[in-house]
Formats: sequence, C-alpha cells, structure tokens
Amino acid sequence: MRLDPVFSRSGKGWILALLATLMALAMDHMGLVSSYVMFVLMVGLCNVVLAVSLNLITGITGQFSLGHAGFMAVGAYFSAFLSKMVFGISDAGASPFVPLLFVACLFAGAALAAGIAFLLGSIILRLTGDYLCIATLGFNQIVVVTLNNLEIVGGPRGFYGIPKLSSLLILLILTWFSVVVIYRYAASVRGRNCEAILEDELAAESLGVDSFQVKLHSFVTGSFFAALAGGMLIHLVQLAHPTQFTFIKSIEILLMVVVGGMGNIAGSVIAAVILTVLPEALRFSQDLRLVLYPLILIIIISRNPVHYFKTKFSLRTAKGEK
Amino acid sequence: MQLVNGLQLGAIYALMALGYTMVYGILKLINFAHGDLLMIGAYSAYFLVIAGLHISIAFLAAMVICGASAILMDKLAYKPLRSQPRLKALITAMGVSLLIENGSRMIPFIGPNFRRFPDVVTLKSFYITENIVLTNIQLFNLGLAVFLMIALSLVIKKTKIGIAMRAVSLDQKAARLMGINVENVIAATFAIGGALAGTAGVMTAITYPRLSPYMGIMPGLKAFVAAVFGGIGSIPGAMVGGILMGIVETAATAFHSQIAEGVFFLVLLLVLLVRPFGLLGKSTKEKV
Repeated sequence: MRLDPVFSRSGKGWILALLATLMALAMDHMGLVSSYVMFVLMVGLCNVVLAVSLNLITGITGQFSLGHAGFMAVGAYFSAFLSKMVFGISDAGASPFVPLLFVACLFAGAALAAGIAFLLGSIILRLTGDYLCIATLGFNQIVVVTLNNLEIVGGPRGFYGIPKLSSLLILLILTWFSVVVIYRYAASVRGRNCEAILEDELAAESLGVDSFQVKLHSFVTGSFFAALAGGMLIHLVQLAHPTQFTFIKSIEILLMVVVGGMGNIAGSVIAAVILTVLPEALRFSQDLRLVLYPLILIIIISRNPVHYFKTKFSLRTAKGEK
Repeated sequence: MQLVNGLQLGAIYALMALGYTMVYGILKLINFAHGDLLMIGAYSAYFLVIAGLHISIAFLAAMVICGASAILMDKLAYKPLRSQPRLKALITAMGVSLLIENGSRMIPFIGPNFRRFPDVVTLKSFYITENIVLTNIQLFNLGLAVFLMIALSLVIKKTKIGIAMRAVSLDQKAARLMGINVENVIAATFAIGGALAGTAGVMTAITYPRLSPYMGIMPGLKAFVAAVFGGIGSIPGAMVGGILMGIVETAATAFHSQIAEGVFFLVLLLVLLVRPFGLLGKSTKEKV
C-alpha cells in the first residue's frame, strides 16, 4: 500500500492536525491573533479542501484536471445565490438555525457541481493525458464566460453583498469532514482501484477494474469537495467575481498538489497552508513579491518536494517510489 | 471581411501554436511560458522602433531576442528537470511564465502600464467589393506567416537539424544512439519556436498597438488550444488548428462578443469528442 504514511491509522499526523485545530480555536477564542491572521488562516482552510480534493483526482487517480476552479465557481455562486437571494440570510447570528442553513446551502452547491461533474466526466474522461487537461481547462473557461453573462449573479460586475457566514468553527468542521472523507475514500476499495489506474490503467482493466467508472466516481467526488470549498471561501471574502475562477486558479490548486506530493494527502494539507501564507509573508517586499513568489516556487519544485515530505514526515522512506 | 480578420488572427495563433507543438513533440512539455515570448518580442520591437530603427530590422531583432530568451528559458528552468516527472516541468513552466510577466512589470522602463506601439506602417485599405476591406497590415501579416510556415516545413523536411528534430521526437534514446546531440536539437527547437513567437509578437503589436506585460497570456493560451485542436505534436496540425481557431473566434465575436471565448472552448471540446487526438493528430495505440 502506497497510502499516506502521515495520516495512517497510528500516524502522528492526525494528532498534530487535531492539536493545530484546537490551537486555532483557542487563539480565536482568546483573541490572541489579529483578524487579518485569522482571515489568512481561514482562506488556508478553503485551500486545504481544494488541494486535497484535486489530489484525489490528479494525485491518486492520475487524471490531470485543470478545471477545478470551474467546479469551485459553480459551488461558490450557487451556494451564495441560495444563501443571499433565496433564503435572504443577512446575519450569521440572527438565529441558531442560520449556520445549519448555511451548511445546507454549501452542500446544495456542491451537489450541483457534482451533477455537472458527472455529465462532463461521462463525456471527457475518455480522453487521456494532455487532451483531458485541455478539455477540463476549456470547461473552466466556459464556466467563467457563463458567469460573466449571468446577470442575476452580477455578471462582469461581480456578485457582492454575500453574507459572511463562514466562521472559523464551521470552516474547521468542514475541512476536517472533507479531509477525513477523502482520506477514507483513498483507503477504500475504490481508492485502491484509483491507484491501480494511476499505476497502469491497462493492467487494472485486465484485473477487472472498470476504469471508466472508477475515474468518473473520483472525478465527481473531487469536484463535489472543490465546490464545497468554493462556497466556504465565498462566504468568507463576501465577494465573487468570475475572474477569481479562471484556469489560473486551477493551476494554483494544482501547484499545491504538486508541492505537497502527488497522492500525498498530508502533503497537500501542508502545502496548501504554506502556499497560502507564503504570498502574505512576502508582502513586506511589496512589488518584489510578484517576482519572489514564482522564483521560490521554481526552487521548491526543483528541490523535489515529494521526497522531502516523504522522508521528513514519515518513518517509511521513499523506497520503491516510481 | 470577417474571414480576412479571422485569417490574420489565425495566422498569429498558428505561429504561436507551432512553437507549442514543436516543444511538445520533442520534450512532451507544455511550455506555458511560450505566450510570454510574444510579449518579449513585442516589447523588443517597441524599443527598437522607438530608437529609430526600421520595422524590418525590429522584426529580425525580435526574432533573435525571442529565440535567445527561449534557449535561456530551457537551459535555466527546464534542463534540470529533464529526468523528472512531466508534471513538475509543467508547473515550472507556469512559474517561469509568472516570473517573466511580473519581472517585466517590475522593470521601470517596461512598467505595469499600457504602452502604445508607434504607427510604423501607414494603414492603407483596399476595397475589393463594398463589404470586403483588406488592410496592408493584414496582407503583410498573412504573407509573412505563410512564408514562415513554408520555410519551417522546408527546414523540418530537408535540413539536417530538421531531420534530427523528427528523429528526437520519434524516439529520444534511439536518436541519441544514432549520434544526434539531443541537447542541441532541443535548443534549436526552442530557438525556432521562440523566433516564431517573437514574429507573432511584433505582428500583434502592429495590428493591436497596445502593449502590456500580460499581453501574452490569452494569445498564448488560445494558441495552445489551437495546437491541441490540430493535434499536438503535429506541425501541419498546428497551422490548420491556429487558422481555424482564429476564424472561429472572429466569427463568434462578430456574432456575440461576450460569449466568443466560450464558443472558442466549446468548439475545442466538441472536436476532442469526435477526434480525441485532435484534427491531424495520430492516435497512439496503448501497448502492454
């Protein structure tokens, strides 16, 4: 089994993550950190869900998708449409049912995205490699153009006035939910099938794995969580604009997966946090950060991060790595 | 009229797509930074023209500068990753692209603002019929693009380096065994691709005289799509794909400017459904 050494059953990864979660909650409760730091942290949580869900599609199943931001946009816009326009929620503290309703909106958005992923996936998952990558990229741009022309959600002006419903607690719970579900998915029979396809699709087929079904299932699951993260993020920043969700965003997410190591869920979590904090930490250098950021990325990539994470965070070595 | 506009936009895409497809054919790498070579070409021509040189010299110089930048890009960023998984090189390409864009934004004499490309050619229009107007710029762009494509095909077919390129793209190991210096071939590929992108850059600058450090992103992306459309790795495919996509985009813009980009990608999806390896791409049978 090639599964995550960090988040294994006896792994210290879970305990560390739990400690980090409790610490974040405590700091928030006592007001130890500025709201700016808290905001960055919460954006980081959304990115964790995005990175982990793309890791399921790209890292574990080996299907190269550049359309993740498209699904994210679907979830973001639809959940915000529900919470703002259908239910007219304006304040998080209005009633104890608001958080529940909010989570329901998020899941509705995610379900819509999963439906779209099912339709899209049934068509394009027959493509392989770079052709799949470009088809998903095309889907992403189609979503952006569609949103630009949907007047009801603001079109090119952006969708603003979205209620701020994402609290640290809700985001933490949803992030935990997503990571645990995707981790369990990867550890299940389906996850093993996914890995078999990653290693060798033909061999997997010959052993009776219905590769198309397995790919479709992981694609739909990954997109579901991408949309969930989109909804979480949009109720945090309170403004949605089609240009937030172009393929550039998809590539940013892919970057987190690659930096964290393909198929390495713990790596994705860590990389998502690092890559959210990095641009903020570079803010002191003003304009120079636009140059520093890609430079650091190139250096990280060429230093072989997979190896780094594997040896740094696990007792097992990267032996037998393909 | 729209057909002519489409043809000239398509010519630019085709020149860019050739660079993508050649690099892909040899390295199996999608060079995301290719679009930025277009920007470099446009800016180098801009400075040369401002310095008082003739536009034809600016054209040649832009080709040389872009070719050199492409080789440099390969040597610094991609060469250390040759033996690594392809995805890493791809992400590095994205990083290089960001670096070039933001880097040139930082340089004070390029700067973040738009710059206007000077009118080097006085615009002349020829009326063929009442509705069809050709401008001399369009004719010039089309002519140059066709000339370069023919020249490229000849280079690939007849010259020693062209034959070496095809050999490397077929089987790198075998080519190396036959005494081909693979690194030189890769450098030559980047140089030719870069020079074509530089030409496309100057052509863009003459036609749409607005320069910015980010001007290469969209043409770069669309040219890449065009290369996939034609079947990535195939040189005639890139030419056909580029020109067809140019026509599709212009037609869709004329019909409804807001949704043009959506139509562009929709056409791509449809083509990939019917022909999963692009129009002229070869389908590869999976081997066990």
